[in-house]
Amino acid sequence: MQQHEDPKAAKQIEFVTLVAGGQSFCIEITQIREIRRWTPVTLLPHSPPYVLGVINLRGAVIPILDLAAKLGFQAIEPTERHVIIIISVEERIVGLLVESVSEILGISSDMVRETPRTEEDESTRAIDGIIPTGDDMIKILSLEALLPAKLATAA
Amino acid sequence: MTDSAILDAFFEECEDLLVALSDGLEDMREGKADSETVNAVFRSVHSIKGAAGAFSLEDLVSFAHIFETVLDEVRAGKLSTDDALLRVLQRAGDILADLVDAARDGLPADAEQVDPVVKELQSFLGEDGLVEEEFVFEALTLGFDDTPITATYQVQFRPGREFYATGNDPALMIAALQDLGPCTVRILGGDLPQDFADFQWDEGYLTWQIDVMDQQSDLAIREVFQFVDDLCDLNITEQFDDETDALAQEIAPLGVPASNTEQPAPDVTQVPVAASADVDDTPVKADKPAKRPASTLRVDPERVDRLINAVGELIINQSVISQRIDEAGLPNSAELHGDLDDYKLLAREIQEGVMAIRAQPVKPLFQRMLRIAREAADATGKEVNLVTEGDATEVDKIVVERLADPLTHMIRNAIDHGIEKPQDRISTGKPATGTLRLTASQRSGSIVIEIIDDGAGLNRKRIKEIAINKGLISADMQLTEQEIDHLLFAPGFSTAAEVTNLSGRGVGMDVVKTAITALGGRIAISSITGQGTTFSITLPLTLAVMDGMIINVGGQTMVVPISSILETIRPTKADLSRIGLHSQLLRIRGDYVPIIDLAERLGVRPSSETMTDRVLLLIQTESVTQCALAVDDIFDQRQVVVKSMQGSYGEIAGISGATILGDGKIALIIDPDAIAAAPTTELKLQIQAQREVAHAAT
Repeated sequence: MQQHEDPKAAKQIEFVTLVAGGQSFCIEITQIREIRRWTPVTLLPHSPPYVLGVINLRGAVIPILDLAAKLGFQAIEPTERHVIIIISVEERIVGLLVESVSEILGISSDMVRETPRTEEDESTRAIDGIIPTGDDMIKILSLEALLPAKLATAA
Repeated sequence: MTDSAILDAFFEECEDLLVALSDGLEDMREGKADSETVNAVFRSVHSIKGAAGAFSLEDLVSFAHIFETVLDEVRAGKLSTDDALLRVLQRAGDILADLVDAARDGLPADAEQVDPVVKELQSFLGEDGLVEEEFVFEALTLGFDDTPITATYQVQFRPGREFYATGNDPALMIAALQDLGPCTVRILGGDLPQDFADFQWDEGYLTWQIDVMDQQSDLAIREVFQFVDDLCDLNITEQFDDETDALAQEIAPLGVPASNTEQPAPDVTQVPVAASADVDDTPVKADKPAKRPASTLRVDPERVDRLINAVGELIINQSVISQRIDEAGLPNSAELHGDLDDYKLLAREIQEGVMAIRAQPVKPLFQRMLRIAREAADATGKEVNLVTEGDATEVDKIVVERLADPLTHMIRNAIDHGIEKPQDRISTGKPATGTLRLTASQRSGSIVIEIIDDGAGLNRKRIKEIAINKGLISADMQLTEQEIDHLLFAPGFSTAAEVTNLSGRGVGMDVVKTAITALGGRIAISSITGQGTTFSITLPLTLAVMDGMIINVGGQTMVVPISSILETIRPTKADLSRIGLHSQLLRIRGDYVPIIDLAERLGVRPSSETMTDRVLLLIQTESVTQCALAVDDIFDQRQVVVKSMQGSYGEIAGISGATILGDGKIALIIDPDAIAAAPTTELKLQIQAQREVAHAAT
């Protein structure tokens, strides 16, 4: 028996939760390619402050963004314990520097709440919904909203 | 194979044939032709006609037919190849190419273009010639069913080694003949070696003799063999009753087992391939003219690209290993060093080999230009002779493709603006026919393409006026000749006073420059009034790998393309002079050259005043004649694999790409032209600033 796709039917979704700028966020697991330890980057000239530089990922040149800075928080001072999440969005591969990665969260899609309307800023613009968890909530990042088509021109 | 795939193959074939055609016509024009040239030209047209007939491409068939008829007369020596005829033949060749293009795109033929040429071709034929031949053509397309006059044709068909090697099967040929009418097939084994030891596994020893009955001409038979007639010995004769059995006795009970003789084709695939390397293949085609089509391999470009990527990784891996070994601090005598050098050499050889797969000769491109030049000369009423040199120079496939438009434009420009009208040329003591030379050559890692005309040279006064009118420069600016010449490349510049048919279509030289820059190339002009203008385009040999100088810029490792570096200088205090608030000039051999602090330009760190502890790279760019890039240190000079940043990040001013170094780190590749160009792209300011610098220096 094949089940008919009902858009309203609850689906199981998995998210990877992370911390950036002291707040909890999550990214859908299907958009994540891999998670790596911080390695020094090659700086890019004339880049916006949140672009840290580029790294060599098995022969490909991958730009690395500071997620906290991109969201408008204090920029991260990268050290060995920081983590880079390699994501793939619209055929582009980009690395996001975050403070830490916590866990994989499996939830049913009907648990996702719409983002309450608040004052719009760098960080709320990139939020695609929230997931309540016990005593806190986790914000879902929309990578499409976070990453404009061309990083260089977004400066 | 689907229909469209067959059609595609036909068009690919046509391209080759058109090249051969154009080659032949060019030879005829230059008087280098012999009877084989004319034959080759005829065959090209005939093959196109034949295949086009199979696809019912009527326009193409009927034009090719008239063309072929004229060529046939030439071949038979009935028409002499004077200039008038050659011109028409070349026009006809152009039209044929047009028709092939139109057929490929599914467009109708442009009658306005075609008809005059058809008329001209017809004028070379007597009335009867055309009518008579027309009949043959009709017969070809109508089929052979109800024609009463028939004859028997005897086909002697001996496939050569290449016939089998290219996967053809005599059985299919014979089957095709049987479709035409009743056939008697005999096999002649007279050439089989007497001694089995002499037997070459891949040689064709057998000759088939096929009598095809009820044919009204041999055309259909020839069509069967059309695509293999270079690969076999073929002899088609009209058969009269008596001699049919004359050859039958030769059927051979010779050195090879009889069962083998009866097989329709030796089964090539079952024979071990390694069998013999020193096979002698001369006897098979002894009576054929030497020109056999170059054997080529059609490969999906994607496969080649994958290979190129893998080789890129190999080169990176090689530099990783070199670096590791250096770090290991082995004694210099260690054998590993020698092995490593071998490895480097091999990696480079593989890389060059792989790049060579993508390389193509510029010949087809140049041939297109011959045609552009003819058309341009006709349209302007000027007499121009385009001479090409270095046709065999090979460049990357992409370069060949992307150069077509810029070259077309430049050739048209050269004829429209450069070369004078015949009467003007005569009055200045030049021959009435202008000469345009299109040359390609390879110079130390670069390809140089030059377009040289012997025309009037650039009209600098006029160029300046236009630039002032268009607001590109201010009226009171004093420009050097070179600066004026470079105005041609400014966006929105077009010298033609009125829009002519040829150039002046709104695309200027700036488009040419953009296209060439996009290929990583440079373009330069030099012009002598009254003697002509030379445009030279310098292109990198390959797009994927380049030789780079590894440098240190404010602690960052970067790469500068060797091709743009003229020399490296460690300046002494006496070589440097200050100018303006921040700038410095380098004095070199009496000239003053502006210094650009690379670290500052790239925003790595603020400008530093001291230059004496730095290394200066003297570079040559298009916009500024020369300038010196100040860098902190030079590490090494090596081959690097270019990785584009466009996809993942976007364009960065002053950076053309990135590469991965031996330690796995990424180094950015500097684009010297972009660095040298002033931060504001305004040409006015740029030239003004340049001028001030030059002025202050003197």
